[in-house]
Amino acid sequence: MKIIINGKEDSITPLDGKININELLAIKNVEMPDMVSVELNEVILNRADFVNTFINHGDRVEFLYFMGGGAA
Amino acid sequence: MDFTEEQVERYSRNILLDDVGGTGQRKLLDSSVLIIGAGGLGSPAALYLAAAGVGTIGIVDDDHVELSNLQRQVIHFTSDISRPKAESAAEKMRLLNPGVTVIPVMERLMAGNIVSVIKDYDFIIDGTDNFPSKFLINDACVLGGKPFSHGGILRFYGQTLTYVPGSACYRCLFQTLPPRGTVPSCGEAGILGVVAGILGMIQASEALRYILGIGELLTNRLLYMDQLTVEFRKLNTKPNPNCPVCGENRTILEPVDYEQPACSLKEGPAAKVNL
Repeated sequence: MKIIINGKEDSITPLDGKININELLAIKNVEMPDMVSVELNEVILNRADFVNTFINHGDRVEFLYFMGGGAA
Repeated sequence: MDFTEEQVERYSRNILLDDVGGTGQRKLLDSSVLIIGAGGLGSPAALYLAAAGVGTIGIVDDDHVELSNLQRQVIHFTSDISRPKAESAAEKMRLLNPGVTVIPVMERLMAGNIVSVIKDYDFIIDGTDNFPSKFLINDACVLGGKPFSHGGILRFYGQTLTYVPGSACYRCLFQTLPPRGTVPSCGEAGILGVVAGILGMIQASEALRYILGIGELLTNRLLYMDQLTVEFRKLNTKPNPNCPVCGENRTILEPVDYEQPACSLKEGPAAKVNL
């Protein structure tokens, strides 16, 4: 299915037809999922819901990375 | 408008703008902005806000200038090494524009003092370098109804979001501190100086446009910037009903201190940032 990740079109093929947020993070090689927040169709997801939130064709997914620097 | 001749000349390029004019310049002169952190983000913000004639500018930092700061913290000079950053920054701002009042604050903001430090300012700029401070500033500003600009940078990347009461706050997007060790700091990961400069100036622009009431602020929009590709992306967002500080069932009712030293973070997989 086609989805949009961080503004770029992407194509993913779920093995068993379904893919949750944790699996998407793994597929996209986000090695430290703890360092990102995930927004699905402009709604921020609770981390606890990653496992039972599934991606659908046409979804817009944003990985929001923590950036802590202010170079102070 | 009651401008002196010196003011009319100094601010002539502001006043010439239809969206600013004498009325806008008066708003700037009557306004106050607090900059937290006299570092990579705070340096350009402080210089530009002083130059623009923001009448009162507070600059908070409890640290001293180090040689390794000078690559990006352009308000400090080589001769300032070992001086308190707040004092060094205040001196440059006064030299640039003696017509503005600069208030250096040589304290570390904690849950116990942040409310009293921010309360008299119209707008707050977060230029800090660590997550405990970023969350503390967010919570204090949200609870106090203070507009503020979040800024974060890493290597070639930056992000910024503006909060005004009712818009999405930093915690709406990033609910809790990242686990210790997952996000590298600038001290570990490095930062190209201009990245801090560009982002700090965007934060200063937010402060100015907030005061002037012109244009569109980065509210409910997180700006991501990649200075390797010079790509800017704005990500639409909205207040999160589950936000612990501004949501429906809020659990944070006063500012909280978190323990996480700025430089306790490890290197590693977080190196990959795909904007």
